[in-house]
Amino acid sequence: MRVGLMVPCYVDMFYPEVGIATVELLEKLKVDFEYPYDQTCCGQPMANSGCYEEAKATEELFIQLFHDYDYIVAPSGSCTHHIRNKFSAAAATPEREAVSKKMLDLVEFLHDVLKVDKFPWASFPHKVALHTSCSAIRGLGMASMSELVHQKSFSKPKSLLERVDGVQFVEFERPDECCGFGGTFSATEEAVAAKIGYDKLAYIDAQHPDCIVSSDMSCLMHLQGCARRMKQEKRFLHVAEILNGASL
Amino acid sequence: MKIVDQAANALSFVEDKVHESHFDRIIWMLRTRRDQAAREVPEWEELRELASQIKEHTLSRLGDYLEEFEASATKRGVHVHWARDAHEHNEILYSILADHQVKNLIKSKSMLTEECDTRPYLQRRSITVTETDLGERIQQLADEPPAHIVGPAWQKTNEDIAELFAKNYGADPNNTDAAYLAGQMRRNTRPLMEHGDAGMTGANFAVAESGAIVTVTNEGNADISANAPKLRICSVGIEKVIPKNEHLAVFIRLLTRSATGERITQYTSHFLAPRKGGEMHVILVDNGRSERLGMDNFWHSLKCIRCAACMNTCPVYRRSGGLSYGSTYMGPIGIIMMPTFDVRRYSELPFSSTLNGSCTNVCPVKINIHDQIYAWREVMEEKNQIKFVKKEAMIVADKILSNPHLYRIAATAGETALSALPRFALYNTLNAWGRHRELPHPVKQTFHEWYKENRPVQDGKEK
Repeated sequence: MRVGLMVPCYVDMFYPEVGIATVELLEKLKVDFEYPYDQTCCGQPMANSGCYEEAKATEELFIQLFHDYDYIVAPSGSCTHHIRNKFSAAAATPEREAVSKKMLDLVEFLHDVLKVDKFPWASFPHKVALHTSCSAIRGLGMASMSELVHQKSFSKPKSLLERVDGVQFVEFERPDECCGFGGTFSATEEAVAAKIGYDKLAYIDAQHPDCIVSSDMSCLMHLQGCARRMKQEKRFLHVAEILNGASL
Repeated sequence: MKIVDQAANALSFVEDKVHESHFDRIIWMLRTRRDQAAREVPEWEELRELASQIKEHTLSRLGDYLEEFEASATKRGVHVHWARDAHEHNEILYSILADHQVKNLIKSKSMLTEECDTRPYLQRRSITVTETDLGERIQQLADEPPAHIVGPAWQKTNEDIAELFAKNYGADPNNTDAAYLAGQMRRNTRPLMEHGDAGMTGANFAVAESGAIVTVTNEGNADISANAPKLRICSVGIEKVIPKNEHLAVFIRLLTRSATGERITQYTSHFLAPRKGGEMHVILVDNGRSERLGMDNFWHSLKCIRCAACMNTCPVYRRSGGLSYGSTYMGPIGIIMMPTFDVRRYSELPFSSTLNGSCTNVCPVKINIHDQIYAWREVMEEKNQIKFVKKEAMIVADKILSNPHLYRIAATAGETALSALPRFALYNTLNAWGRHRELPHPVKQTFHEWYKENRPVQDGKEK
């Protein structure tokens, strides 16, 4: 099994520790993976803005770099959702189809493919507020959706974190309401985006967690920006960091 | 027409903290009530699927069912008219009213007549139009369009309404009690209802086999509007037709639960024929619907039963306010419907979404709303309706992100990366992100730099 590791552009630039944790975790799990050096981005910023012509060359680069792997793994539900479900700017070739099919979020890879049942090196005796992105929930089906009221409740990121010693969860209001990031939306409608973020933080705060955890760093980048503006210093961690044995 | 700048309108709503939090709170409450009501129905998902199939079937034979409706209604003595567009609708309506020397028209809520700008059209022809729905009447007094398609005035606080009634009705401006305010409305509007020369309603459903116009209401004002005067007119969008009465068993269960979490509303009325000695007219209105039906990617919104569940769950709508969309239909359903009316004017609306997908999940007729929002963005690109600044930024993003060498130059640790962020990740100026949020802190080393330094050997090759 050969795995291609995709590290999203914003993780590369702003949250290298999440990329590092992913690398170390995959190494601990003895996964045979590569990080293709020439990777850049999945093209979502352009495609998401309607500019699919501008997304084409970036998609082509991604396909060229990744189509030969058995699995492509990224610590990002958002990029995974885009590559799996919205990759349509590049020509419809068997390679493009293969890339979409083989694309997995890190959580899915650990939960569904490797079926990791313990992380003995990790211990996290803290109260966690888990935020799962809309791409992960409604795009990838990584957790049950509050709108589908008869669906059995489940959450893959939560179920992985439960396998780490000491983790406790806090429940907060409107758990699967969007955080307001929304990709380019966060710039085009910055005021509304920020207000949704402030509200999300207020619901989380009311439960006094020790940190806010997500499998999507883009949501956390947005929430962290909102928190810092409100002069709140909060801890934000990616699921990969906790699974890799991070401490607070 | 000027392009609606929803983002700018939303900014002023967000800054109005009282109304923003009021609106978010009560609209979210509707979402939670909807969840609760859906939980009581074990076959909820099956009902959604059925409703979707009935609508899709009907739309696939829309002409046949409309003619069947016309035949059934005509048989009972109803006059059926066909209007190609908003203007024709208003002309037909006016000619009926003029024939009967109508001076006062009482009217229950109808989004279709909002769509057709009917009220100003009639008022310019000296016909007084009185809205009889509480919320719609409030909006009429405030000279504002509806902010929500089910509760037009939900954006207003009790204080706003007390002030409005004080100004218009001489009510006590300090009494914000809901029962008092409703009483004021009743006292002032009821006499107008009693003396209307003609009554007008919209329709939730038009049943082909029976010719019935079905309205689903709580206040009873539609029944008064329809029954008190001798002349009754119903304006119906052509997509409201359903084949059989039995299909109401699916739609009514879904509609009220999805809209307000009620198992059923106070009144579900079937208007079948004119009252004794009276006249009943139905105007079937196209106004762009046939054209939309021909759009491969966008005909689905014709399935809509106007429950507003998508609006209630939408995090953007709740914080932007209903008026920010500058359109008849707002929120998720609005932003996929409005561009079919005017692609330029509403070219920015499909961008007023985080694409979170909640709207699609609550839709009782299973419209793939968030996929259509995404698809509309591509149409805006094809039709050259993407804002220049955004387009320029995307061209830069294309150049950098498709070229590993240029990307590495842009994505270098430290301040460089930060200054590159808006260029290809967010495209706007630094200010757009930073107006209400802090930027991510610069890092000492990017992931890429770390990897190169710490994992120099890969595949047996040094990189």
